[in-house]
Amino acid sequence: MQAEIYVAASAAVFGTGVYGLILARHILRKLLALNLMGGGVFLLLITLGGGADGPPDPIPQAMVLTGIVIAVSATAFALAMLVRLYQETGRATLELEDDDQEGGGDG
Amino acid sequence: MAEQAMILLVFLPLLAACLAFVLAGTPARVIAGITMAALPALMLPITVDVIDQGEIAHSLGGHAAPLGIRLVADGSGALMLWLVAIIGSLASLHAWFSFRDQPDAEGTFWPLWLILIAGLNGMFLSCDLFNLYVAMELVTLSAVALVALAGGPVALSAAMRYLLLAMLASLAYLLGVVLIYNATGTMDFRLLAADLEATPEVIISLVLITVGLLLKTAIFPLHVWLPRAHASAPGPVSAVLSALVVKASLFVLYRIWFWSGAELDLAPAEWVLGLAGAGAIIYGSLAALVQSRLKLLVAYSTVAQLGYLMMIFPLASLLAWPAANYQIMAHALAKAALFLAAANILRGQGTDRLQELGGLDRRQPIDLFAFGIAGVSIMGLPPSGGFLAKWMFLETAWAQAAWGWLAVMVIGSLLAAAYIFRALAGMLTSRQTEFQARIRPVHRAMSLSALALALLALASGFASSPILELLGLEPPGLSVDS
Repeated sequence: MQAEIYVAASAAVFGTGVYGLILARHILRKLLALNLMGGGVFLLLITLGGGADGPPDPIPQAMVLTGIVIAVSATAFALAMLVRLYQETGRATLELEDDDQEGGGDG
Repeated sequence: MAEQAMILLVFLPLLAACLAFVLAGTPARVIAGITMAALPALMLPITVDVIDQGEIAHSLGGHAAPLGIRLVADGSGALMLWLVAIIGSLASLHAWFSFRDQPDAEGTFWPLWLILIAGLNGMFLSCDLFNLYVAMELVTLSAVALVALAGGPVALSAAMRYLLLAMLASLAYLLGVVLIYNATGTMDFRLLAADLEATPEVIISLVLITVGLLLKTAIFPLHVWLPRAHASAPGPVSAVLSALVVKASLFVLYRIWFWSGAELDLAPAEWVLGLAGAGAIIYGSLAALVQSRLKLLVAYSTVAQLGYLMMIFPLASLLAWPAANYQIMAHALAKAALFLAAANILRGQGTDRLQELGGLDRRQPIDLFAFGIAGVSIMGLPPSGGFLAKWMFLETAWAQAAWGWLAVMVIGSLLAAAYIFRALAGMLTSRQTEFQARIRPVHRAMSLSALALALLALASGFASSPILELLGLEPPGLSVDS
C-alpha cells in the first residue's frame, strides 16, 4: 500500500512539473518545473527499487545519485546562462525571434 | 587491442578536455588537435575486429551486466564512430583557425568540444539505457554551451530554448528507462529483447523514451529548437551539431526499436513515426525554400533530411537498414561541409543574407565550390552518397508497393534541389554591387576542410562496397522485402 502512495505522489510531482514547464513564461519558473519533474522521477526510482520483500536493489540507488548530480549541474549551467541572457536582453523570458534577424556565429 | 581502443575513444577526449581547461591558450589547442588526430587511429583496430567478428564488446573493469558498464561496437556503430572521428577532425581543423582570433571564446571552446566528442563516442558505444542517459547529458550540456559561445541575444535565446527542451526530453527518457527497468529488471539493449512484453507499463515507457529521443533528434513537429540553435552557433559547432549530435539520439532510437523491441508488434507506432518523417521532409524543405539567410536555410534542410531517417520505421526491411545508415553518413558529411562553407561565407562577407551574396564565385570560389558539391549529395544526385541512400530507400518502398512513402521521398528530393539551387543561383549571379572589403579573412585551411568534407560526401557514393560490408550484420527486427 505504501508503495502505491509513493508512485501516485511521484506521478503527481512529475505532472505538476510538466504543467509548470509548459505554462510558466519566466525561465526561472521553467527551471524549477524541470527540477520538480526530476524529483518525481527520482522518487519513483527509489520507490520501485525499495524492495518490499528483501533487501533494496542497489542499482536504482546508484542511478538516483547519478541523476541528481546531472540535474544539479544542468540547473547550475542553466542558471548561469539565464543571468547572461538577462544581461544581454533585459528579459528573462523566451520570445519567438524574427527569422530574418542577423545572428552571431561567424566563428 | 580493439577493446582498449574502445575505452580510449571515450576517455582520451575526456582527459584531454580536463587538460585543455587547465592549460588554456595554445597548449589547449595543441592537446585538442593531437586528440582529434588520434581518433581515426583508434578506429583502425576496432574496424578490423568488427569486420572480422561482426561485433565486439568490453565490460569496463571486468564487471558484467547488469551492474557493470558494457561497451559494444557493431557494424553500424563503427560507421558512426568513424563519422565522429572524420567530421570531428576536419571541424577541429576549421576551429583551429577560426577561433584563433577570439582568445576569450577559444579558452572555453576546446574543453567543451572535447567533452562533446567524448559524449558522442560514449553514445555510439553504450549498450545500456542508463549509461546512454549519462552520455546523452554530456552531449547535451556541452552542445548547448557551444551554441551559447557565439554570444549575443540571438544565440543565447536559441541555446536556452535548446537546453529547456533537451532537459525535458532527458527526463521523459529517464522516466521511461525507470519503468522499463521495473518491468524487466535489466537495461541492456540485448538482454531487454527477451524480456519485453506488450504490457501497459512497457508501452508507456517505450512511448516516453521514443518521444524524448525524437525531441532530441528534432523530428517534426518537435523540431522548433533546431533551426535557430544550429544556425546561430559558431561554424564548426553547427557542423558537428547537425551532422552528428541529432543523429546520435536517433541511432539510440534505432537500437531500442530494432534490437530491444524486435519481438514486439509495433506496426501502428511505426506508421505514426513514418508520418512524422513525411511531415519533416515536406515542412523542412518548404521552410528551407523561403529562408533569406544561408545558415538558416542549411539548418531547415537538416530538419527535412532527418525526415528520411524516419522512413525506416514504416519500411522496416533488410534493405531499409543500410539505406538509413547510408543516409546518416551521407547527410552527416554533406551537412558538415555545408555548414563550414556557410560559416566561411558569413565570415568573409560579413553577412549570410542571400540577397547580398551575389558574385560570390569571384570572391570565395573554394567555399562556393564546397557548398555546391555538398549540395549535390543533399539533393541526392548521382554519383553522391546521398543518391545511393535515397535510391536504396526508393527501392525498398517500391518492393513493398508503399507508394505514399515513395511519393513523399521523391517530392522531398525535388524540393531539396529547389532550395539548394536557389541558394547557388543567388551566390553565382553578379549584381554589380560594390564589393565590400572582407570583414574577416578566411584562412585557406578553413575552406579546405569544408571542401574535404564535401568531396567525402561525394566519394561515399563510389566507395559503397566496403561500407556496406562493414554494416554487414543486420539487427534482428527486420525481414526481407516481400
